[in-house]
Formats: sequence, structure tokens, C-alpha cells
Amino acid sequence: MSDVIIIEGGRVIDPATGTDGVRSVVLRDGKVAEVSERTGTVSGATLIDARGRWVTPGFIDLHVHLREPGQEYKETVATGARAAVAGGFTSIVCMPNTKPVNDTLAVTELILARAAAAGLARVYPCGCISKGSGGEELAEYGELAAGGCVALSDDGKPVMSSSLMRRALEYALAFKLPLTVHEEDLALVGKGVMHEGATSTRLGLKGIPGQAEEVMVLRDIALAELTGGRVHIAHASSAGTVRAVREAKQRGLAVTAEVTPHHLTLTDEDVAASRYSTDFKMSPPLRSAADVAACVAGLADGTLDCIATDHAPHSPVEKDLEFDAALNGIVGLETAFPVCLALVQAGRLTAPRLIEALTVGPARAFGLPGGTLAPGSPADVAILDPTAAWLCSADRFHSKSTNSPWKGRRLTGRCTHAIVGGRLVHQDGKEQR
Amino acid sequence: VIGRQKHCIALEDFSREELLQVLDLAVSMKEVLRRPIKKVPSLRGKSVVNLFFEASTRTRSSFEIAAKVLSADALNWTSASSSVTKGETLVDTARNLEAMRPDVLVIRHSASGAPGLVAEHVACAVVSAGDGAHEHPSQGLLDCFTIREKLGSLEGKTLAIVGDISHSRVARSDLHAFPKLGTRVRLCGPPTMIPAGVEQLGCTVTHDLRTAVEGADAVVMLRIQHERIGDPLIPTTREYSRLWGLNAKKARDWLKPSALILHPGPINRGVELSPDVADGPHSVILDQVQNGVAVRMAILYLLAGGDPAEAKA
Repeated sequence: MSDVIIIEGGRVIDPATGTDGVRSVVLRDGKVAEVSERTGTVSGATLIDARGRWVTPGFIDLHVHLREPGQEYKETVATGARAAVAGGFTSIVCMPNTKPVNDTLAVTELILARAAAAGLARVYPCGCISKGSGGEELAEYGELAAGGCVALSDDGKPVMSSSLMRRALEYALAFKLPLTVHEEDLALVGKGVMHEGATSTRLGLKGIPGQAEEVMVLRDIALAELTGGRVHIAHASSAGTVRAVREAKQRGLAVTAEVTPHHLTLTDEDVAASRYSTDFKMSPPLRSAADVAACVAGLADGTLDCIATDHAPHSPVEKDLEFDAALNGIVGLETAFPVCLALVQAGRLTAPRLIEALTVGPARAFGLPGGTLAPGSPADVAILDPTAAWLCSADRFHSKSTNSPWKGRRLTGRCTHAIVGGRLVHQDGKEQR
Repeated sequence: VIGRQKHCIALEDFSREELLQVLDLAVSMKEVLRRPIKKVPSLRGKSVVNLFFEASTRTRSSFEIAAKVLSADALNWTSASSSVTKGETLVDTARNLEAMRPDVLVIRHSASGAPGLVAEHVACAVVSAGDGAHEHPSQGLLDCFTIREKLGSLEGKTLAIVGDISHSRVARSDLHAFPKLGTRVRLCGPPTMIPAGVEQLGCTVTHDLRTAVEGADAVVMLRIQHERIGDPLIPTTREYSRLWGLNAKKARDWLKPSALILHPGPINRGVELSPDVADGPHSVILDQVQNGVAVRMAILYLLAGGDPAEAKA
């Protein structure tokens, strides 16, 4: 493969530079060299015809579960990275709830070594907030930061101790690490398995009110104010969370937030329509139509900074069960773009705002490189066909797991090429080596 | 089949006509139960497996008797534990039983939706004998049967359901059945026991017992489970019985003389019902038990491939 790639004829959408129009993109030596209206090639360059396509910075996902080490039957760093580039994601942040959890340098190094060997997406580990994610003692943030962790989280296990959360926010300031927090008051969650409302009542499933999330969001906004620490709200799902984040930003607090494709498009009613399908069971749960509308509005107006998938692979062992017994989570890397593109087609989100929330939005939230096609940036690019219709069937997934609520549905929009550091790593459904 | 229903999992899925098909057939079935020799050959050579993951005496016995009166072979498979602790998944258990070629699988499970999950993986008919807090369709049907039999019709009647609606699958099945048959439903209980958005199922809600039962044609009193006390849904059974329990004085002062009192059993005497009311003139609790057998006979007959026309003859 040559060192120069020229992508011609596509609609370049790069919100970081305010670009939206037909441009040629020249990638040279792993960097973006030029984005211009000029056409023409240089000898030895690889030419990609992107007519009818969108050309965007490679997507960045701040919330992915790669399951390695410990649960490689669900996903590995390599298969997760493959799923990422298949979905247009060139950078992913992997959550620390592996087995063992990522609270030590050894685990961080293993993840990075596996990612380097896979050579697909850039993988940024997220370290633990507390040792063993036990919610009692701080993990060694200095060592985790030096080893390459870009954020801290006890994802899946809310930090119930307000005192520990305060100290974590303070201590992390020394390393400029954001805390990405799964916000649920476990006492309010109880044995709940879906959003509380008329649908949970009808299905006879225990409900979880949106307020279980909101009380923790409000607590952590208060603690961000107290400490000056960086709080990133993981998978915002309720209208009250969007309201609280909007208000916190208006007050100038360093709070950012992400929202998942499923919380932007599916509701608790879908649990009923699916007849208790566990592909609709996740944490936080799918909420009411009003919550979904608030999340979409929050994403559109910038209250919510970015889209993150919370890609959570599980095997049939954890999913072909009673709804109460199944584990939470769905895969999302390979469906995020078409699922969110539907919001653009419905006129509820502009194309540049969608791309912003998938690129420079997450890059800024965690201070990661990429997310833009500005000259000199890493040559991480996604080429997307916004009109390609495809059947989301189980055999289409590059992930090891297929626990997706969109399985069996027709989706519109696909990533046709993914380029990482100037290397074409994915083309038309196939990994490139 | 019952109308378009291959299974009997949720009365939410049943049309008025399908409900009436079961209720009408149950009238003939009840007549069989009154004969000196309580046995008809309708389901000879058919087999019914009762798969119970939750303790139950009356419902399991009722299904077992119903199968036997119809000459079906009944097998009881009881498992105290769910798939989480047992090691074998529900789907595997169901597939194993399916391999024994039963005609009907009757399942009770603590997880809402479990009978539907089983139905996706087996070829035989599945009957829910209660799943979590979702539905208990045969109980809903026997409540309809009992009230219709006693009052002659369900059209224009009013039913009050009192107690822990949140955890009650009986209440949900009643809520899906009675309105389709022309009966209005009022729910009553402490606010902590009324689940979110339940009015959207087509009922009214009150927290005052008198408002609920005055003028009602029938009252279903639900069992208060002891583990709910201090859950903390209610402070004590003492306060509960004072505010939401029925005793003879309240029954005399507030109930219509013709009003029926139902209870899905087992009764907590002195909590939701005082003994004099449970055994008093309004009570049709033991009729419910007998009608339960007739209704379950009708369900098994229709789902195991019996001919509705033949049954009428």
C-alpha cells in the first residue's frame, strides 16, 4: 500500500473545521495532508472514488466493552476492534470491567498489546475509579495514566459512596483524567429490569424510574462543582439527566455527557413489542418516548456532547434466558451509524451535528487525538454510504456477539471504508490487512 | 386452539370472542364435574406436563385434576430453583420436556415472560399457570366464569380489585379480561402497591376502600404477602387490615347485598379478609376453586386438539 491515499468526489463533513461539501482529501504518511476542491492525483497514490458517499473523520466511541481479558468468548480486543472499524469507528475507549478489571498497569498493557497486534482501531483503555471496582479504595491513577489510560470508570457499578467519588474527582485532577460515570442509585434500581411506567406494569417486570439516574447525575454535578473535577456522564437516558447537564453547562461546570444510539431511538414500548426479547435489556434501560425526545433534543442542541455505543457483547449463555435473568447490554459498534442516521433522515438532527457527535465531540470530551480532518491530524477517516440499505442479520456482525435489537431489521447507511493512520483497514464489509 | 391462540399465555392477547369460547366451554366442563363418574375420554392418549418452578399446590392440583378428568396423562415436574441457580437453562429444560412429546406444557415461573420464552422453543401448546407479576390467565378466566355464573352476565357490572396490585399477576389478567366482557374495573390499595401507569390499562384507581367497594358487583381481595411488609410497601399488617382489609362491619355497611367476594387464595385470614367475611354470605371463594378445574379443562381441551363442536354435544 502506498503512503498516499486520495479520496475524491465525496461530501466531506468535518464539523471541527466547519467543512461540508464536495472535497478531495489527501492523506500522506499517516496524516491528513490536504482537504481541498482541487482534483488530480499523484503517481503511486491510492485513489478512492467517494462519489455519493460521505467522507468524515473516523468515529470515536468513548464507551465500548471489549471483554478481554477474561471473557474472550464474548469478544476480544481484536474482534471488538474489527467490529469498530466495520462501523466506521477508528478510535474506541474500552471500559475496565474485564476479568480481572483494569485497575492495574498489567491489564492496561495487555489490552494495548492486543490492540497493537490487531492493528485495526486505536484502542484507549479506561482504568478503574476504585480498586477492583469495589467502590471503596482509589485505584492507582498515576500508574494507569502513565500506562495509557485516558479516563477512569467503575462502569456498570455506580460509585455509591459520595465521599469516594469526591476523592476520586480530586485525585484524578493530578493526571487530568475525566471520570466517566454510570449513574444509577442502586437502592432505587432495586431488582428493576426495565424502565418504570405503564409498560413495565403491563409486562409485570420490575421498573427502574429515570430518577434513579437523575439523583446520581445531580450528585456528581454537585461534586464536580466542589472539586473542579471532570465528570463525564455515561449513557444519559432520562429527560431529567439532559436537563441537569444543560443547567450544569450553563453554570460553566466541566461536565460532559454521552448518549447511546439505542437511547436515541428505542423506547420501553419496544421491550413489549419484542415480547421480552433480552436484546432489549440494557442498563440504563430503554426509557419513555418523552425521555427519548429529550435525549434527541439534548444531542441536537449540544447539551449531550457525543454518541457512544456502550457496545456490550454477550453470548447466548447470558441472553437466551428469562428477561429477569439475562445480563444487561447490546452490541452497537456496527449499527450506530445507520441507527443514528435515521434521525437525520427524519429531520431531527443535521448531518454535520451527527458527525460532530461521532468525531470531534468525543475527542474533545476526553482530549483524544483525531476527530477532525484538519491538516496534520491523524489520517483516521470513515467513508460512509448514506443510502446503502442492508439487512442487519446475525451473520453480518464482525463482533463475536450478535445481541442486537436491530437484528432482523433493514437499516440504511453503511461504512464502506475505514482508514486508521493512513492505512485502509476496512472496506465493504471486509477487514483489510 | 382457542380462536387464533395456539397458547394460553396472556389474556392481553385474547379477544372477547376467545375469552367467551373458553368460558362457554367451561360450562359444559363443569357439568362433567358434577357427574358421579367424573371422567370423559376427550383427551385420551394426550399428555400434559405441569412444569412448576414456583411452589404451588392449588393451581398445580387444579391443572392435574383437569387433565385427568379429560383422560389425559398428567406429569408433574417441580423445580424449586430457577435457571440462575440450577445450571440448566429454562430453554434447555423445556426442550428436554418437549422431547418427551407432551401435547400441552403448563408452566409456572417466577420470571415474567418465561412461558413466552418456552413457547418460542417448543412445538406443543404452552399454558401459563402464572409468570412473575405478568399474568395468570386461567385465574383471570375462572374469575370471569365465577362472576358470570353467579350474576348471569358480566355486561355493565363493576369489579373492584383490592390489594397489592404491583406484584399481582391475577390483577393483570383480570384487567385484561373483564373490560373486554363489559365489566368496569376499579383498583384499590396503598399507593406503594399501585404500579406506575396502571390506569392506562383501562381502570380507575383509588386508595380508599369504601370508594372502591361501594356499589361494586364483585370484589377481588388479593393476598398480602408477608415479605412485602417493611419492604417497605406497608408498615404493618395491622394498619393494612384496618385500611384495606374487609371485615363484617365494612361488608355490611358498604357492600351491595348481592356483591360477591373473590380471592385467588391462599387467604391470609385476619389481614385482607376477616374470617367471618371469608366464610360469609358474599364469599364465592370455594366456587372459584371448583370453577378453576372447569376452566382449566376447557383450556386443555381446546389446546390439546379437542374439537369445540364435539365438546358442546
